[in-house]
Amino acid sequence: MAKHHVTATLNGSPVEFLCETQQTLLEVLRDELNLTGTKEGCATGDCGACSVTVGGRLVCSCLVLGAEVEGKRIETIEGMASGTELHPLQQKFLEHAALQCGICTPGMLIAARSLLERKPDPTEEEVRYWLAGNLCRCTGYNKIVDAVLAAAGEMRRA
Amino acid sequence: MADTVLYPERELKVVGTQPVRPDGVPKVTGLAQYGADFTLPGMLWGRILRSPHAHARIRAINTKKAEALPGVKAVITAADLPEQKFDYVGPERVAINFWHMTRNILAREKVLYEGHALAAVAATSKSIAEEALKLIEVDYEVLPHVIDVDEAMQPDAPLLFEDMITRGVQPPPTKPSNVSKRIEFKLGDVDKGFAAADEIVEASYKTKPVHQGYIEPHACLARFDTDGQAEVWSSSQGHFVVRTFTSRLVGMKVGDLRCHAAEIGGAFGGKTVVYVEPIAVVLSKKSGHPVKIMMSREEVFKASGPTSGASMTIKLGVMRDGRIVAAEGIFKYQAGAFPTSPVMNGCMCSFAPYDIANVRTIGYDVVCNRPKTVAYRAPGSPISAFAAESTMDLAARRIGMDPIEFRLKNIARPGSQTVWGAKLAHAGFAETLHALQKHPGYKAPLGKNQGRGVAAGYWFNGGGESSATVHVNEDGTVVVAEGSPDIGGSRASIALMAAETLGIPYENVRPIVADTNSVGYTQATGGSRVTYATGMTVINACNKVIDEMCVRAAKLWKVERADVIWEDGHARPAGKRAGEFEPLSFKAIAAKRTATGGPITASAAMNAEGQAPGFSAQFCDVEVDPDTGYVKILRYVAAQDVGRAIHPGYCEGQIHGGVVQGIGWALNEEYIYDRNGRMENPGFLDYRIPVASDVPMIEAIMVEVPNPNHPYGVKGVAEANIVPPTATIANAVHSATGLRLTDLPMSPPKVLAALDSARKR
Amino acid sequence: MSAMRYERPGTLEAAVALLSGATGAARVLAGGTDLLVQMRTGRIEPQLLVDCKDIPEMTAIVADDGGFRFGAATPCMALVEHEAFTKACPGVIDGVKLIGSIQVKGRASVGGNVCNASPAADSVPALIAAGAVATIIGPGGRRETRVENIATGPGKTSLARDEILVSLLVPRKPPHSADAYLRFTPRTEMDIAVVSAGVNLTLDRDGVCRKARVSLGAVAERALLVSEAGAALIGTTVDEAALEKLAAAAAAACKPIDDKRGTKAYRIKVAGVLARRAAQIALDRARKVN
Repeated sequence: MAKHHVTATLNGSPVEFLCETQQTLLEVLRDELNLTGTKEGCATGDCGACSVTVGGRLVCSCLVLGAEVEGKRIETIEGMASGTELHPLQQKFLEHAALQCGICTPGMLIAARSLLERKPDPTEEEVRYWLAGNLCRCTGYNKIVDAVLAAAGEMRRA
Repeated sequence: MADTVLYPERELKVVGTQPVRPDGVPKVTGLAQYGADFTLPGMLWGRILRSPHAHARIRAINTKKAEALPGVKAVITAADLPEQKFDYVGPERVAINFWHMTRNILAREKVLYEGHALAAVAATSKSIAEEALKLIEVDYEVLPHVIDVDEAMQPDAPLLFEDMITRGVQPPPTKPSNVSKRIEFKLGDVDKGFAAADEIVEASYKTKPVHQGYIEPHACLARFDTDGQAEVWSSSQGHFVVRTFTSRLVGMKVGDLRCHAAEIGGAFGGKTVVYVEPIAVVLSKKSGHPVKIMMSREEVFKASGPTSGASMTIKLGVMRDGRIVAAEGIFKYQAGAFPTSPVMNGCMCSFAPYDIANVRTIGYDVVCNRPKTVAYRAPGSPISAFAAESTMDLAARRIGMDPIEFRLKNIARPGSQTVWGAKLAHAGFAETLHALQKHPGYKAPLGKNQGRGVAAGYWFNGGGESSATVHVNEDGTVVVAEGSPDIGGSRASIALMAAETLGIPYENVRPIVADTNSVGYTQATGGSRVTYATGMTVINACNKVIDEMCVRAAKLWKVERADVIWEDGHARPAGKRAGEFEPLSFKAIAAKRTATGGPITASAAMNAEGQAPGFSAQFCDVEVDPDTGYVKILRYVAAQDVGRAIHPGYCEGQIHGGVVQGIGWALNEEYIYDRNGRMENPGFLDYRIPVASDVPMIEAIMVEVPNPNHPYGVKGVAEANIVPPTATIANAVHSATGLRLTDLPMSPPKVLAALDSARKR
Repeated sequence: MSAMRYERPGTLEAAVALLSGATGAARVLAGGTDLLVQMRTGRIEPQLLVDCKDIPEMTAIVADDGGFRFGAATPCMALVEHEAFTKACPGVIDGVKLIGSIQVKGRASVGGNVCNASPAADSVPALIAAGAVATIIGPGGRRETRVENIATGPGKTSLARDEILVSLLVPRKPPHSADAYLRFTPRTEMDIAVVSAGVNLTLDRDGVCRKARVSLGAVAERALLVSEAGAALIGTTVDEAALEKLAAAAAAACKPIDDKRGTKAYRIKVAGVLARRAAQIALDRARKVN
């Protein structure tokens, strides 16, 4: 069967790709579009390493088919910084030592941005519950939560 | 242990600050390349066929149909790997047997666990590779299997190796068994010690295997050229280990294999061996194309990791004043499908925090139909510590003593005798316990159904072989090429120490993890050795650079080398020439490179000794739901002797991470098997590692008792923190409920069953 | 290689026609959070996927006679973020909020949760307790049924292969009514219910319970509507004695299995505990609403 021809918007720019039905958005991003910032940790929606937004909604890209994003707006970690300027979350993750190995970091950042878009002043508990779908095995979450709260503070002041 | 070398105290300018790590930006922008992120033109996808059976003889493998599938470029089995000699090589504590290793990479006579690899394919797409696996026909003779360690030790247990005679027993047993090795350590006379004791406390414990749970599955890319040279990019704790193992397993010269350390997405010991690398190399060799292999999460659980489950008994003899006069531990560790669990470490570490005159520990290394175990953070020590530190708590209760006081009463100090013969050479244990005791939370009142527990833990920490080269650039910046894959921020700590040593700003030092052909041999990142050993190697190279900078300054000033000293990042005229010339900065000398003799570069290599052990003491508060058995962690405080915190943020991070892994181990993580020996929870949904909402902020107390053998006092910090948590939590649950849980994990059904049976009594 | 078709019809009729005309295995795709995992692990190999998210009725949330009707493919997060829905259906939202992570809820639908027919589905006991009604379309037109009639066993439903669950109606609650859903999991999030309970109750002006529906999850082949448990509350002020009876009735109704997520004994015991705690929450909520 012929592959699907899909047209979408990726990090603000138009994109076209071909994919097989069973190829997930994660596979399309990594294998077809060479955007490897989105990570595969489980491919079953249990770790959040592949978090992206589709149409503004936070999703696991491993649980979305490439064919489904026709006409949709997709945002990945590669589009988080504006040009050469890091997003406050990226900056705070660096300053707070919120990453050790860094494999969960792109997904954490995308998920955290999605939280702050909805809730600019979250409590520690709200951050922890919102990020519960993003596993980190290195940090024990302390510094990730600190960094998100710090970024939220800075973004509110901005 | 090496003699103590005392470094003079000095004021530090860079060490101890918390700059952004040199590799940070690519990791927050998604540009850092991990094991699965590399591609090459013409690359194929490799997939691995795995056994659905826990134990079976392989009668035949037929790969013809798979080979015939369009798009399939190579199919391999164990027949494509050379046979290896049966021989245990290397130090006993970490002995390796390549006869076993090659069989774990691709099964030969038998499959020994569900998920055991036995063939692999390379194809032009993932879906074709997947399809090809279904076309490989394997004729199995299914055999009885054994999962549990105590069952595996029964005389009638199914044997994994029909000719395995237990090592370490004299005279050797005449019958084969699943016990690969028996080991015993003795100090003093335990029988006399127990006879003299006021109280004897004894209990038995069990733990389940747990997985390291790194978020990045194993992945690699391999390219094999027709001239016999090959290149591998993989996610590993040691690309030199990848080179050693892969070249040996594939049958090629070490010099023909170049290995690159990809950024590594977590490892915790689980990436100190190879799984996919030799397979990718052979698939590449056979197909003539580069080959990429990524494990699925299910493969990670079923065929990599975990650490041992165990069955243990501890006996302590104590005096009413709190002195421990005798200690005995029997530790039976699961090795998984092939020998060598970390049971020897368990035997050595269990009572190492304490000065006890009479100690005996006995260990058994037992094979069973599970994946081969591999190192997991302080390998072996958290397992025996669960048993030992739980029993310590029982003993403190028996004599009515505060658990920190009880530990302080017996704490090992410099000069204390260890069970393995060496004397403890370093301070820090008592200091750490005191720091924990002083935490205001330790005396805070507890509510209903709440309890507080304390435990401590020991880890050796590592030294070992490292290499580094420092290159001075013409603008005074510096490149440090070293050989230790960076898991938790070691490039930052190394750059800090290099900057401190050279007297230049941190930002002027750019460290890289060089590939195997670009830097000298360096052991794997493990044993909390990198900041200590590779750090010291880099410092040595920096000192050589300083010496060379002084030589260059002497040339510029036309004075003797002896008349130049290095101070505060500058060459200064000294002795009889003191004050004669303006000091020359690092940058100024670097700029005169060409005129003074050409490139300025220095290498160092060493087998570092003199590492100081790690010690952590922790307390936690829990609340136990009496109706569901749910254990909530209310507060967790972890003190650890860190020597000196080179980058305090990453030191703390190690403590936070180790503790949270320990919380998972204590409460929920376990391998669950069905009747057929198949793992029932090979995914992050049912293998329950802690999520952000499960844990509170972990309070880390960094105790700085510098290691006098290191210029900046470094002690390894990555591992000691995971040793105490399981017992800390079990002891807290005891305090909350009056019940002693001896079986990990303390999952809600087990806790509720214990509560219910106590209510019935 | 078996080529899998992917279709995205814009109308219910077209979707039904695709399913009716399918020669091999066909699946309706809403959020895909169960379906894609099952496809990946090889548990199912459909030849046709019918993505129904372009059908407006299947993703709409509309007020309906004091209750709410929502499309079966509506992502859970759309419900969670719908203020009026959240206020009107607190028990259903309790359940919906527990379906996977924020990411999973960004895709997962309640319709999918119902049709996946897991005995542990978090939205189902809450919907059953709330008396939710499902609208189903097939070649013969539309029909309605209570949610408790959809799952027939693990992974099995009463829907024909060419029927689609279109929408769910959570009916208007009488005055002084409220519902609640609780589950037990070893982790706080990212887990599957070991046991769960939904309770929906209506008080009269004197605070006496006049109606009660109690549903349990993960204690049998499918979520149970336990009328004895509801009866234990009716006619009482939901006092200690009534809660005790409720817990006993809930535990008695369980027909659980031992599995990797929990033991029989554990499920039976905790079913009573959760029913009781959920009833307490529903009671507190009911006292607050007029």
